[in-house]
Amino acid sequence: MRALAVAACLWWVPAGAAEVIVIRNARVLPVTRPAFQGAVLVRDGRIAGMGEKVAAPPGATVIDAAGQYLMPGIIDAHLHIAAESINEGSISVSSMVRIEDVVNPEDISIYRALAGGVTTVNVLHGSANSVGGTCAIIKTRWGKDAEGLLFSGAKPGLKFALGENPKRAGASPGRGTAPRYPATRMGVEDVIRQAFTEARQYREAWRAYETKKARNETAVPPRRDLKLEPLVEVLEGRRRAHVHAYRADEILMALRLAEEFGFKIATLDHGLEGYKVAREIARNGAGVTTFSDWWSYKVEAYDAIPYNAALLHRKGVLVSLNSDDVSAELTARLNTEAAKTIRYGGLSEDEALALITINPARQLEIDRRVGSIEPGKDADLTLFDKHPLSAYARVQKVLIDGQVYFDRDRAASEQAERERRKKALLEKMEKEKAGPVKPAPARRPQ
Amino acid sequence: MRAAALLFACLAPLLAGSEDSFALRNITIHPVSAPEIAAGTLVVVDGRIAALGASAAVPRGLRVIDGKGLHVYPGIIDSLTQIGLSEISAVPATVDTTEVGDFNPQLRAEIAINPASEHIPVTRAAGITSVIAGPMGGIISGQAALVHLDGWTWEEMDIRRSAAMMLTIPVIQAGGGRGSPPGRPSFAEARRNYEKKLAELRDFFEAARRYRQARLAGQAGFKTDLKFEAMLPVLEGKVPVVARATRERAVREALKLAGEQKIRLILAGPREVEGVVKEIREHNIPVILGPTHVPPLNEDDPYDRSFTLPGELYKAGIKLAFASFSTSGARNLPEQAATAVAYGLPYQEGLKALTLNAAEIWGVASEYGSIAKGKWADLMVTDGDPLETRTQVKHLFIKGRAVDLDNKHRRLYQKYLARP
Repeated sequence: MRALAVAACLWWVPAGAAEVIVIRNARVLPVTRPAFQGAVLVRDGRIAGMGEKVAAPPGATVIDAAGQYLMPGIIDAHLHIAAESINEGSISVSSMVRIEDVVNPEDISIYRALAGGVTTVNVLHGSANSVGGTCAIIKTRWGKDAEGLLFSGAKPGLKFALGENPKRAGASPGRGTAPRYPATRMGVEDVIRQAFTEARQYREAWRAYETKKARNETAVPPRRDLKLEPLVEVLEGRRRAHVHAYRADEILMALRLAEEFGFKIATLDHGLEGYKVAREIARNGAGVTTFSDWWSYKVEAYDAIPYNAALLHRKGVLVSLNSDDVSAELTARLNTEAAKTIRYGGLSEDEALALITINPARQLEIDRRVGSIEPGKDADLTLFDKHPLSAYARVQKVLIDGQVYFDRDRAASEQAERERRKKALLEKMEKEKAGPVKPAPARRPQ
Repeated sequence: MRAAALLFACLAPLLAGSEDSFALRNITIHPVSAPEIAAGTLVVVDGRIAALGASAAVPRGLRVIDGKGLHVYPGIIDSLTQIGLSEISAVPATVDTTEVGDFNPQLRAEIAINPASEHIPVTRAAGITSVIAGPMGGIISGQAALVHLDGWTWEEMDIRRSAAMMLTIPVIQAGGGRGSPPGRPSFAEARRNYEKKLAELRDFFEAARRYRQARLAGQAGFKTDLKFEAMLPVLEGKVPVVARATRERAVREALKLAGEQKIRLILAGPREVEGVVKEIREHNIPVILGPTHVPPLNEDDPYDRSFTLPGELYKAGIKLAFASFSTSGARNLPEQAATAVAYGLPYQEGLKALTLNAAEIWGVASEYGSIAKGKWADLMVTDGDPLETRTQVKHLFIKGRAVDLDNKHRRLYQKYLARP
C-alpha cells in the first residue's frame, strides 16, 4: 500500500508554464469556426493567435503536430470523479452540502480523464434525493491540490433529482430503515416545490429586513439558513440548476415548476426521454446533457434511444454528452461517444464535436473561457493522432491553461520508471520482512 | 425496416421462392480467412456461401444485390452476453441470469432466452449475428448457449445449446478497504471462505467424476443426478468450461483446475496476466477479452492498460475473441476492438477476434466465422470499416436470410422526429 502511494507520487507534474507555445502543422478543429491546417499560438495560458501561418516569437516552445488533430479540451458536464463522497441521501433536501468541500485531488480518475483529452468537468452531487448538494466545476490539473483544481470564476451549481433514484428510499427502503419521503414522482415534485416555497419566503424575509434597514428602522435579520441560500441563488439566477431527469413526464414537470418559480434550468441531466418533449424543452430554453446510447438499465431508461442527442439538437435544444463516471471510464472516450451521434441521427462533425466542447461550456456558462479554439480563450487543448471522431484516435497531448499536463510519450517513459521504483520498494519490503527485526526508530523529541 | 423493405421490393421479381439465395455483386468482400476481394461477387444459395471471387459465376435467375461502395464481412459474434436473459437490469422480474446456489451445471440458458427481447433487434442492427448467452452467479452457473439473433423461438435461434459451462473462479472478497461496501468480512474470514469455496469446487468435480465412473460401471442402485449428468460432457472434454477470472490468482486457479480435471478451458475476462501469460499460451487456452473499455484494475497501472492488453495477449500467441459481457452494451463491441487495434492489436486480428476466432473457440468454425465456400451466410454489409463508430450497417443476413434492421430505437426516433 505504501509502495503504491509512493508510486502514485511519481506522476509527472508540470512545472511552470512555458510563456509561449506554438502548436504547428496541426489540423485544427476550433469547433465554432471552420477547420483549417495550421497553427495555434499560446501565450500566458491563453490562445493568442491561430491561423494557417502564425509567427512564432523567438524562444517559443514549438510543438510539431504534423498529421495530428487539435481540438478544444473536452468538457464533461456531469460526472462524479474526484469527490470523497457524492450522496447526502439521509434527507430529501440537502442543498446545504457542497461537493467543493470534498474534492479529492488524488483521485486517479482525474489523471485518466485528462489522458482521455478531458480538461474541464462538472463534479455533481448524486441523485439520491430530490434536492441534492452543490457542484464543483474543476479542471483536470493533475498534480494540483483541491483548490488548484477548481475552475475559478465559474458560476456555482445545484443538483436536483427526479424519478427512480430519489423515490427509491421511499418506495423500497433498506431493511430496518424507515421509508424516506418521497416514494413517488408526485412526492418528488412536492419536495422541490416545498423547498422553493420556503426559499421564496426566506428571500422575502431578507428583503423585508433590508428594506427596513435602508429606512433606518429597527430590524432583526432573519436567521441564516444554509439549506435555503443555494435555492435563493437559483431563484435569482446566481446559481445554475442541474436537474437529473429521465422520463418525459418528469422533464415536463421540472420545466413547468421552473417557469412557475421563475428560474432557469441549466441542464436536464441525462434527459433520456428528452426527445419525446423536445419541443417543450426548446421553448423553455433548458439544456440537456445526455448519454450517447445507454439504455435499459432501469425502467426509466427503457425508452432511451441513441438518437436522443441528435433529435434534441435538431429541435433546437442545447445538448451535450456526459459520462456520469464515478471512476473515469466513459469520460475518457467522450470523443467516440460524440461520433455515435453521426451514426445515430446524422449530425455533422462540428455538431458532434460541439456536444463535448462548446455546448457543455455554454450549459455551464464558462463558454467565454473554454469550449472552442478562439483567441482569448484558455489554452485548454487536446491533440489526437487521428480525427477525434475516429474510434482509433489516441490522445497525444493535453494542455490546460497553456501547460502540457499530459503527454503520451512521456507517460510511457514515466511508467517504466514508476514500475522500476515500485519493484525496488517491494523487494526492499520483502527483504525487511525476511531479515532480523530492526529496533523501532527512536521517537523524535516533541 | 425501410432498408429491408426496399431490398425486398427491388428483388421481389427475382425471388423465385428462395429468400436465402442471392448474389452480392460489385462489393468488397472481407472473408477474414482470406485476403479481401475488391469489386467481388458473393453467391449465396440456400443460405450457404456457394461462391466468392472477383468474377464468381452467378446462377441464372438468382436475385442480385448491387454492392457498389459497400463491404461485406462475416457477421460479428459477441462471445459473452446476457442477451435474452435480461431485459431491464434493475428489475429482477425481467432478469433470468442468476440462479440460487453455487453449483448449477444443469441449468440451460438457451431455454430461458426471450426471443422477443428488444435487445435482440437493437444488437443485430450493429452487425452482430450471434452471441453467447450465458448464465451468471455462484461458482458453476450453468450452460451458455450460442444463438443467432433471429428466430421466432429459442429453438430457431439455436446454434449450440450447450456451447460452454460457465464457471466463476471464487475470489477473496474482504472488507475494510477504502470504498468497500459495509458488511464485508475481515480478510482472514474472507480468505477462509475463499479456500472453502475452492475446496467445494474441487469436491464437486471429483464427485462428478465418481458419478461418471459409477454410471459407466452400471453400479447397483445408481440414481440419476441432473447436476452430475450435466457435468459429463465437461469431464469428457466435449463441452469447454468458460472460467471468469480477472486477477492473476484466479487465473492461476483456473489453469490449475483445468490441469487437474483435464477439462477444456476458456478464460473469460483476465486482466492481470503478466505472470501467467506464458502458461496460458503453453496450454493453448483461448481468452475471451473484455470488456476493453474499462479503467485499469490498479491505481498505478498505466492509464491505457485495458486498451493495450489485447495486443499484448495476441503477441504472446494467445487466441482471442471479444465479448461485451453485457446486454445493452453489446452493440458497441466493434468499438472495443477498434480501441484494442489503436493500442497495438493488428487490425486483421481485431476483426478475427470478432468473427473467426470466436467461431473457432465455440467449435463452429466449419459453419460460421468467415466468408468461405460452404459456410452459412451470416453476413454484415456495411458502408465502411465495421470497427469505426461512424460506419453504418446496411444489410444483415443470418443463414442467408435478410434480417430486419428495424428496432425499438429506430421506431421511437422516427415517431418523435415526426412529432409536430
